[in-house]
Amino acid sequence: MVKEEKEIANRPDNTAFTQQRLPAWQPMLSAGIVIPGFVLIGLAFIGIGVALFVTSRSITVLEIDYTGIEKDSACFKCSNADVKNCVCNLEFSIDSLFEGPVFFYYGLSNYFQNYRKYAASRDDEQLSGDLDAFTAPSDSCSPYDYNGNDKPIVPCGAIANSMFNDTFVLYRVVNGANKLVPLDGKGIAWWTDYNVKFRNPSVTPLKNAFNNTVKPIFWPKPAYQLDASDPANNGFINQDFLVWMRRAALPDFRKLYRRITDGEYAKGLPAGNYSLTIAYNYPVQSFEGRKKVVFSNVSWMGGKNEFLGIAYLVVGSLCVLMSIVMLIVYAKFKFPEED
Amino acid sequence: MMWRSPLALVRDALRGQRAREKDLRNLASNLPYEGLEKVKQPNRFFPGNAIKTTKYTLLLFIPMNLFEQFHRLANIYFVGLVILNFVPVVNAFQPEVALIPICVIMTLTALKDAWEDFRRYQSDRKRNNTPCFIYSRKEKKFSERSWKEVRVGDFVKVFSNEIVPADLLLLHTSDPNGVCHIETSNLDGETNLKPRRAVSGVCVSDPEFEPESFNSVVVCERPNNNLNHFKCYVEKPDKEKVGAGIESLLLRGCTVKNTDHAVGFVVYAGQETKSMLNNNGPRYKRSKLERKLNIDVIFCVILLLSMCFVGSVGHFLWLEEFPDVPPYLVPDSNGHLDSPGLSGFYMFFTMIILLQILIPSSLYVSIELVKIGQIFFITNDADLYDEETDSRVQCKALKITEDLGQIEYIFSDKTGTLTENKMVFRRCSIMGTEYPHKENAIRLAVLEEPESGEEVIFNQRPQLSQTGWSLHAEDTNPEEMQHHHDNRRKSRVTGSAPSDVAFSSPLETEVIPDRKLLQHISRVESSGSRKTDPYLDFFLGLAICNTVVVSMATAERQRASRFSRSRQTNNPLDTLSNVAKKPFSLRHIFTSWKNKPKRSRTISEDSVVEEEHFNAPVKIDGSGNTDGLQTCSLQASSNSNDPARTPDNVTYEAESPDEAALVYAAKAYGFTLLARTPHSVTVRLPSGEDLVFELLDTLTFDFNRKRMSVLVRHPITKECVLYTKGADYAIMELLGTSYAEHLRGKQKNIATDTQHHLDFYGKEGLRTLCFTKKVVSKKVYESWLVCRRNALAAIDNREELVMETSVQLETELTLLGATGIEDRLQESVPDTVVALREAGIRVWVLTGDKPETAVNIGYACRLLEEEDLVINMSCKNKLECTSILDCTLEEVKRYSEDPRNVDTSQDIALVIDGRTLTMALSSDLQDRFVDLAKHCRTVLCCRVTPLQKSRVVKVVREKLKVMTLAVGDGANDVNMIQAADIGVGISGQEGMQAVMASDFAISRFKHLKKLLLVHGHWCYTRLANMIIYFFYKNVAYVNLLFWYQFFCGFSAATMIDYWLMIFFNLFFTSVPPIMFGIMDQDISAEMLLGVPELYRTGQGAGEYTFTTFWVSILDAFYQSLVGFFIPYLAYQDSDIDIFTFGTPINTISLFTILLHLSIEIKAWTVVHRVTMLGSVALYFIVTLAYSAMCVTCNPPSNPYWILHSQMADPMFYLLCIITTVVALLPRYMFHVLRNSIAPSPLMQARRLDRLDASTRDEWMKEWRSFRGLGQVRRSRLSPPPSPTLDTPADIFPQSPTASDIMADDLTLNVITDNCQRPVHM
Repeated sequence: MVKEEKEIANRPDNTAFTQQRLPAWQPMLSAGIVIPGFVLIGLAFIGIGVALFVTSRSITVLEIDYTGIEKDSACFKCSNADVKNCVCNLEFSIDSLFEGPVFFYYGLSNYFQNYRKYAASRDDEQLSGDLDAFTAPSDSCSPYDYNGNDKPIVPCGAIANSMFNDTFVLYRVVNGANKLVPLDGKGIAWWTDYNVKFRNPSVTPLKNAFNNTVKPIFWPKPAYQLDASDPANNGFINQDFLVWMRRAALPDFRKLYRRITDGEYAKGLPAGNYSLTIAYNYPVQSFEGRKKVVFSNVSWMGGKNEFLGIAYLVVGSLCVLMSIVMLIVYAKFKFPEED
Repeated sequence: MMWRSPLALVRDALRGQRAREKDLRNLASNLPYEGLEKVKQPNRFFPGNAIKTTKYTLLLFIPMNLFEQFHRLANIYFVGLVILNFVPVVNAFQPEVALIPICVIMTLTALKDAWEDFRRYQSDRKRNNTPCFIYSRKEKKFSERSWKEVRVGDFVKVFSNEIVPADLLLLHTSDPNGVCHIETSNLDGETNLKPRRAVSGVCVSDPEFEPESFNSVVVCERPNNNLNHFKCYVEKPDKEKVGAGIESLLLRGCTVKNTDHAVGFVVYAGQETKSMLNNNGPRYKRSKLERKLNIDVIFCVILLLSMCFVGSVGHFLWLEEFPDVPPYLVPDSNGHLDSPGLSGFYMFFTMIILLQILIPSSLYVSIELVKIGQIFFITNDADLYDEETDSRVQCKALKITEDLGQIEYIFSDKTGTLTENKMVFRRCSIMGTEYPHKENAIRLAVLEEPESGEEVIFNQRPQLSQTGWSLHAEDTNPEEMQHHHDNRRKSRVTGSAPSDVAFSSPLETEVIPDRKLLQHISRVESSGSRKTDPYLDFFLGLAICNTVVVSMATAERQRASRFSRSRQTNNPLDTLSNVAKKPFSLRHIFTSWKNKPKRSRTISEDSVVEEEHFNAPVKIDGSGNTDGLQTCSLQASSNSNDPARTPDNVTYEAESPDEAALVYAAKAYGFTLLARTPHSVTVRLPSGEDLVFELLDTLTFDFNRKRMSVLVRHPITKECVLYTKGADYAIMELLGTSYAEHLRGKQKNIATDTQHHLDFYGKEGLRTLCFTKKVVSKKVYESWLVCRRNALAAIDNREELVMETSVQLETELTLLGATGIEDRLQESVPDTVVALREAGIRVWVLTGDKPETAVNIGYACRLLEEEDLVINMSCKNKLECTSILDCTLEEVKRYSEDPRNVDTSQDIALVIDGRTLTMALSSDLQDRFVDLAKHCRTVLCCRVTPLQKSRVVKVVREKLKVMTLAVGDGANDVNMIQAADIGVGISGQEGMQAVMASDFAISRFKHLKKLLLVHGHWCYTRLANMIIYFFYKNVAYVNLLFWYQFFCGFSAATMIDYWLMIFFNLFFTSVPPIMFGIMDQDISAEMLLGVPELYRTGQGAGEYTFTTFWVSILDAFYQSLVGFFIPYLAYQDSDIDIFTFGTPINTISLFTILLHLSIEIKAWTVVHRVTMLGSVALYFIVTLAYSAMCVTCNPPSNPYWILHSQMADPMFYLLCIITTVVALLPRYMFHVLRNSIAPSPLMQARRLDRLDASTRDEWMKEWRSFRGLGQVRRSRLSPPPSPTLDTPADIFPQSPTASDIMADDLTLNVITDNCQRPVHM
């Protein structure tokens, strides 16, 4: 009976798959069918939009530009690149309680941290504490890999080299006297950056790891001396360093500087006058940039951004509008069988 | 193994080279050298019989395949990009990563090539291992070996129905005359038997051939691919040379028939055989869609370059703006910064790398994958499977599936394509009397309608072939009748074995005699006036005047059946071995019926008989019958030795099916052709007496004379009689006036009556032949013989002279009668033609038949409708042709512009004959002809040659710029098949040549309907949509990166990790579109078949047009704008970092791109769902895993923990939702509104498809109500109509007179309308 099978050897299998008869769901896009979906989406979007908009509205933001290009600016004197170790004071007042926790950012504009070569100019191996990379930094750091004497630069690369180095001290002016507002510099960087990506070499003291290396050209102090006040906040896991190393996506950006969470300021900054003392070090004239400080509180949706709320509201209303249009269309052109 | 010096090896190689290149080869027998090592073998330089059609070898696959792949433009582009990556100034990061896509694509392509090559390897191996018999000196006999072991110089024995393994010089056959019949259908598609003669005088014609005694040298020419030419001579030891030509060569791939066994000497083996030299690989065609696609790829290149230019200029301007060097500008290692201009210039190339995927290079490999999938589904379609031949549709061209959906013109052959090419004797006219053969017609009708056939009781006793014709047939008692009926029913089941050999099915072999004619003959028989009776002469002519070969129904050898298994491989040679499958294989008969449904279409009594014969082949025959043979002359006696030669089990194999049909018809009346040798023809008369005619000469058929004659000496009267048959117009003018004395004066009447009958036959679509007789006096014969001999001996113009002698003799003929043979339409041809016509396809028929037959077939298969206006063009000279063409054109134009004709369904059809066609296709008339043809719904070209066929196709294709499809089954269609955009071969009765030349091979014409309407539509829609989607996808994704350049100083930075970008295209979004391209169904198959109009959507420009391309590109721009700027606005002025910004964008584009596809997907099967969800899951799994594991793995990219932190942020989800919705809203709305306001026909069809069956049918009817769905009227029996006058030089609507219409209401296809509306000159 082998022959019998041979006889139909070529008959195709009669399966739903080979005969292209798999059960299929055939969505029909027509007005009558999509109206409920549109109404539903529209209403949901309007709901989300309202929530987002209200939330965004509740966020307070205070931005102060201190570039000092303008003559009447407090930092005008510092904007001259020739002045070293310039300090300027910025006075501002808050009308009502600035609800906490308040986040203190510095902002730069026209600063292209996403410039292709700049963004790549670092050595992840080195930053993860690999001592081999201390002596031989990666090519990607070039030309900030070795100094003129062929000594390796640690941390190497353009990002590290160009680290933002203005420092700020905030005072609350109470009865004419400056009262220091404590700034919390812990936990401002990503947890994973602090704990996984960036590691100091396991050498104690940390300074020894940096033997035979030089500090980045623009840096006043080597990496192991970044924070004199807290020995644990030095090397590659310095919080300010970590924040700077996370490259901004867009040329106008802000970066978290400190949080105001301590003691009497936990609830926020009370109304009153404040003075911000700025150690003005970072030059921005070369790229016509601006510098600013930003005080902001945050919500579940992050910082203040009204765009998303508005977008949801607009799209939601558009959907509702569409469903009305389609209702008309449906009434006019309906396929009789849709009833 | 003996060690040999390299020098000797080189010398040997050189000698081998020389031996192969030599013009003449000396070949000696291998036998004396058997067992010796290779160096001593005389024929060692010639290749063995193993063949290799594979492109690659295992070792060299990689380099060879790479070399092949680099020939493609897309791959060169890719490699250029990779090289660009390694150019330092371009500042590409990780240039190695750029290798990944090209590697993946090339690996995929290589895997596909490897798989195809492996299939070829398998088929080669199967062929190489086919068994055959080679003589072995050691064993002193022919022992079984495989084909690959055959070497030049071997002796190979081939049995009946076996395939010849190599080119053999025939030395010996089982036939005493040294003749061996072969069938060359594998090579040239001709199924008739061709005799081959053993080289005479080389071997002693013992009953058994002794290869060892062969000590001559065979000298032959260098191998060439000419199948009809071979030169060689055999040099005997005594230096005597015996020449031999193609008539002694058995070609590899042919099948030995009718000869018990044959022994040959291998002259060419393997690659050097003529069939292999003729085998030129697969053909490469590029589809219309791909041609269009390539233009759009060029647009993409332009788009890419302009985007790169924008980037380059942008970078320059950006750099120019800085008053000083900002800290984020990184100088090169020397601390030097390039000037803005130079940086801008370099940036151009960096941008090319960044935006490279704008050119969808993965598109090409995707298209190939999709086409493989589409072909899989086409070949697996059970509806396109033919049970009878156990064959599926074969796709030979792998690249043009989507062209099937765009066909506008079909050029069809008639015989064998529209019709079955199974000739059936229908009726005849003898001496001016018509015998309609009603019972026969009923039988055929029954065969045609198998279901109702079960109920029909034959009131006429069916002719049982094993008893011969009996005069007492009508006295059969009812019981016996019943018995016969039962018998018939039973045998119907058993007899349905697939018949691969032509002309052997009972449909053709069984003819039920006309009762009146039968009585008449029996009267004549008994009256004894049989020597001169024209009725007897008519049947003798039927039986004798042909070149039919009689073969006995020997039971098939077991070995032979083994060949049949390899039938369905792609390889034509293998495929052709199916001829070996004889219907008489009893195992076939016994086993196959179980698989067949009850309603098998064939009836066979023979098979039952055969069974008995097989069991006792000798006994049945011997009894009594041989007595009759005693009167035989000496030549015939050799046949009488053959025990199986009785009237029952002879089968006939003829050059043309018509001849066989006639011989079977004669047999039904008792005139059985028993044997044909070169010198005699034996016919058994109804009385049981055998007449042996001495065959004096055969005047073979040629196209000029259109007739053939046989000159025999009557065994009783000893007169020389010339029987001639031929086309009516070739015979009628040769009729003499003198016949037997008593008939004088009547002759003319007979001629006119017969002519009436012939005309009627023609109208009925029957093929007609006239039969004449002429008694040649001894004196005339002798003088003619001298001429004939001179002509045959002539060196120059031999053929012309021979033809002249034939013409000399064929004069003063006496008309005996005429026959009508039906070539039945294939199953559901009219239905298919109507469907194709409704699908907007114009069907042209190109046939070699005469106009009447063609027109008739045209009506029968509904190419022409009864109300159609038929223009008949036939003219003798060019001037006439020009004027007719002009007038007709004007008339047709006026007609189509006439507002009165707008709503009528009347169409114009053109019938043109070969001669006129040649003139119409001449370069100055071409345009006018094409213009005219454009107005015609159908065109029938009659009496055209193969070359004209291809010319017509080419002219239409080039002038009208339309997609053409040619379908045919025979060797004469090959030109046409190759000239058309798509060639479809029908693997039917006429061998495989058309199939071999075709792109698609089907087994029935009706399969064309589903192939085009369903598969064509699907393949085209799927592929077109997939290609558009691919363009969209790449543009949408790449533009995200482009918009980012405006925010990163045009520095070619990306916000998406490089690896994820590559994965995105290669893995996350590649499978769904491919599945979409393979499996989507915009409309169900039932709907497409039910509403053929839907096919029109693909014709002409189709769905893939300039507009659709640019709309999708614009949509891609819009979507990328949305996909970039909504996240941008949401993250503006925040502390977002690069990859955290890119991750939602990447996710959004994944959703956008996949959901965009889901809007396009029309039918969601489980496969679609799995791939869609799988892609999303893959994205998240891979990205999450990659960002969790990669801390420092491949700088500078470092997406560590980014997706994780994003997924913990509600903003991410809110962003994804709104962006995806906004991006897709316009497209979605567009679809919804269009479907609601102005639904396309496709959309309406989809809606209908959702309804339940009964409502759907109702709607469909209503929708298509403007079309008349009348039944096809089949031709029925009716009295002959009065003849119409033929005015060939005129344009005339086919107009029968009114009386015709009144007279025979049963005649099919009477043109009614044009009586009122004739075309004026």
